[in-house]
Amino acid sequence: MREFGYQRVFDVPGAVARLGADPDARYLGGGTNLVDLMKAGVERPALLIDVRELPLDGIETTDDGGLRIGATVTNSDLAAHPEVRRRYPALAQAVLAGASGQLRNMATVGGNLLQRTRCGYFADLAKPCNKRVPGSGCPAIEGEHHNHAILGASEHCVAIHPSDMGVALAAFDAVISYETADGPGELPLAEFYLPVGDTPHLETALPSGALITGVTLPPTPVAAVSRYRKVRERASYAFAIGSIAAALDVQDGVVREVRLALGAVASRPWRAQEAERVLTGGPASADAFAAAADAELAAAKTLPHNGYKVTLMRNLVVAMLTELTEEAAR
Amino acid sequence: MTTTTGTTAVTGAVGAAHTRLEGRDKVTGAARYAGEIPFAELAHGWLVLSTIARGRVRSVESAPVLAMPGVLTVLHHGNAPRVDGSYAGMLGRPDPIVEVFQHDRVPYVGWPVALVVAETSEQAREAAEALVVQYDEEPHDIAFFADRPGTYTPENSPAAQAETEKGDIEAELAASAVVVDAAYTTPEEHHSSLEPHAATARWDSGRLDVVDSNQGSMWVADELAKLFSLDPASVRVRSEHVGGAFGSKGVRPHQILAVMATTVLHRPVRVVLTRRQMFSLVGYRSPTAQRVRLGADTDGRLRAFDHQAQSLTSTVHEFIERSADMGRVMYDADAHHTVNRVVPLDVPTPTWMRAPGEAPGSFALESALDELAEKIGMDPIALRARNEPDAGPVSGLPFSSRNVLACFQEGARRFGWADRDPRPGTRREGRWLLGTGTAAATYSSGVVPSTAAVTAETDGTFTVRITAADVGTGARTALALIAADALEVEPGRIRIQIADSDFGPAMIAGGSMGTRSWGWAIMAAARELREQLVLGGDIPPQGITARSDTGAAVSALAKKERHSFGAQFAEVAVDVTSGEVRVRRMLGIFAAGRIVNPLTARSQFIGGMTWGLSMALHEEAIRDQASGGHVGADFAGYHFAANADVPLIEADWVDDPDADDPVGIKGIGEIGIVGAAAAIANAVWHATGVRHRDLPIRPDRVLLAGTRPAGERDA
Repeated sequence: MREFGYQRVFDVPGAVARLGADPDARYLGGGTNLVDLMKAGVERPALLIDVRELPLDGIETTDDGGLRIGATVTNSDLAAHPEVRRRYPALAQAVLAGASGQLRNMATVGGNLLQRTRCGYFADLAKPCNKRVPGSGCPAIEGEHHNHAILGASEHCVAIHPSDMGVALAAFDAVISYETADGPGELPLAEFYLPVGDTPHLETALPSGALITGVTLPPTPVAAVSRYRKVRERASYAFAIGSIAAALDVQDGVVREVRLALGAVASRPWRAQEAERVLTGGPASADAFAAAADAELAAAKTLPHNGYKVTLMRNLVVAMLTELTEEAAR
Repeated sequence: MTTTTGTTAVTGAVGAAHTRLEGRDKVTGAARYAGEIPFAELAHGWLVLSTIARGRVRSVESAPVLAMPGVLTVLHHGNAPRVDGSYAGMLGRPDPIVEVFQHDRVPYVGWPVALVVAETSEQAREAAEALVVQYDEEPHDIAFFADRPGTYTPENSPAAQAETEKGDIEAELAASAVVVDAAYTTPEEHHSSLEPHAATARWDSGRLDVVDSNQGSMWVADELAKLFSLDPASVRVRSEHVGGAFGSKGVRPHQILAVMATTVLHRPVRVVLTRRQMFSLVGYRSPTAQRVRLGADTDGRLRAFDHQAQSLTSTVHEFIERSADMGRVMYDADAHHTVNRVVPLDVPTPTWMRAPGEAPGSFALESALDELAEKIGMDPIALRARNEPDAGPVSGLPFSSRNVLACFQEGARRFGWADRDPRPGTRREGRWLLGTGTAAATYSSGVVPSTAAVTAETDGTFTVRITAADVGTGARTALALIAADALEVEPGRIRIQIADSDFGPAMIAGGSMGTRSWGWAIMAAARELREQLVLGGDIPPQGITARSDTGAAVSALAKKERHSFGAQFAEVAVDVTSGEVRVRRMLGIFAAGRIVNPLTARSQFIGGMTWGLSMALHEEAIRDQASGGHVGADFAGYHFAANADVPLIEADWVDDPDADDPVGIKGIGEIGIVGAAAAIANAVWHATGVRHRDLPIRPDRVLLAGTRPAGERDA
């Protein structure tokens, strides 16, 4: 392992200034992904700036009735927070579906958004990977890709984003706050992750040196009836092969409002806007749910070994919306 | 003082639950493993493995690395000490991976090409990762599939017949009222012992001293002596605690390289493998492609039995996964054919992995039996009872004991099998379809000559010394219980020392033969000691020691079919809309000889069954055709069952002492895994109506296969 420096910072301006002074530095949150990547040699920072002591570990209700979540809030604290559980239950469920208790005690909200893909080629220095070494190629397309993207991928990269939390945040229109040397800024989650295109190594729209300071959830009444479901290859401690966050408001058999986001299908948490458009104002029926899923998945591009994901996501959309409809009717 | 083995005879230690003697040390961290025992002046070696699948090493560019902080040397084929791998060890000819750094050929991805030794492990790793190795690459071929070109039937040997045949298979199949002809596959699977392989070597007063984590210290010492042309008496290997082995912990490159490096550097050198390195350096279970053909009368009697298995091996060594052997023990038929074929590819050599042969073989065979039961419309247990043989189906030899039906009867009673509706796809609970399945288990029971020493000490205790290995099973404790009963004293008066090659030849912890072989030797030494003590007299300060060698007694055993048996039961829930399979409960009943320590034996059975669950649903190493290497060779990529996957698992046994063994032992190491995957696959069929003949039964496979309505025959 390459030797590296370690510095703990206690205020946001100090953190940003320290990182800005060293282009080879990285912010360290829980380290649950970054340290693994350092061991594998994928990340080789000269300096780690530990941001866990920053005053960013609070969860507060905003003036308009939304929720502001600090960047260093741990996954465990986020999932246990009463307001999160009451108002955004899918978010708490998503966080609890991820990793293990030990990892959730360490992992932070900011780090979760910035975690890297678990594509086996990305983490293996002996193999090409356009995300790790731009222009070196994508062996997953011809090789092992049974858990790779069916939406929004490109011929340069078919990796998926591994976050569960991000899927729920995508459904609820989260906004990411950050700080740079030039001052603060904001990015809606929908614009936070960049399209893959021919630059899979560029993953987010964060300005260089920016520190994520928090995530704001706007008031979202529909989120009170929301769920997250994750399908994986064992019952625990595995990344999703398909997941869904959904919220539904049905009145008199008509869909008033719906939120749908899909996980493990793309390089980012995938907000199913087309499905939402098809559903809104229409009947809350199994046929309508299936039609909405088909509309969203019409754009899917499959590889020889990941075509099952289209069926899986269609089934999950129908099952989830059916469950939420039944729950609302009770 | 005068001592006896006890004024009042105390027996009954064997058969009573006893916690591990070293349990407290292990849970408190006081037990030291091979990679954490301190040595003064210790240097650390880090392996560099090939990144090409076939070719030659053109150059190892050591110079820049030698200039890095702390680096002491870089060993490679151009400068390494010479070794001689042309020997036969305790288990035959070694995998040529022992001839590490002896030539420039690269036969697969992950072949060792250099060892960087430095003052610290971190320095060695950084330098190893910076080392540039140039190759002349050649095209490789790693594609394994049924009947692929290059597949051959190995030579028969008296010890291991590749092929057995009697009767006319095709004629009997043609005459059968019901025929099953099905193909099954199992993937590449890895031992994944929790403790990685680690060894420290040093020269101490003219002796080579190796502190290791292995399954047999005498085995490793013997092979190191042969490799380095040393007097066997000048090599000492110890392996006090072992965090799992499962067939992977014999002589591997890390011990050999530690010896090379300590010889060159004149200071202790430790080499520890990383998890990723283990995927190519310590062996694995070959993928298999199997075809089973069964022909039966309408009453279930088998007329034709044909099991054809194919595995792979490397291009440098022949290792056969003997998946077709199980039918030679389990089922007879008028025409009977079994064969284990193999194809050499540009991959590492596979090796023994828990229940070699029977683990993958039982998945195919016991699934096929279930398919036959379905086709006949017969209960799967009744079908097995109908075909219970009187003697070895191939050998004609009598069974020492064969209590498989007793296992099925007891298991069926406890599992509630009698209430089972045989129709598939008819039970639903929410989104889950429910099903149950069963399968038979067997594994051979063997014993290997071993030596032991038992000493009567002046303080009234007894010291047992034997080169046994406790790979986490509780063998140390089991042997102490055996010694206590043999000497008729309380277990607390037994002190047991194991895993030191200086104690003399003994069987390894392997093949379900360790405890039986060692127990026999301890019984013999204890008997000899008691005869000496009966003479009376003072115990001298050094104690009185009796030694045993079971060679003559073991070779005098009558030739019989000697096996453990079992019956596996599983209940599963399957969501065909998501592909998820969850095992709800498992029950295994075994007839596996006398059980020495019920506490640890139950753990060993449950551990095997859990592995069977993992094999059924999770485990699969993925090879990338383009590079020839693995993708995701770590525990994030190679999934085995997590705690949440493992339901209520019960294991128990029926009375089955082996009359020819002094303790009554048969051996329990392997059998827990045998049949477990088939029981689960059969339960998945019962839940969904679909046969899953490829492991693991992944969500994508379940999702795409869906369900088949009851009554509609599976293709």
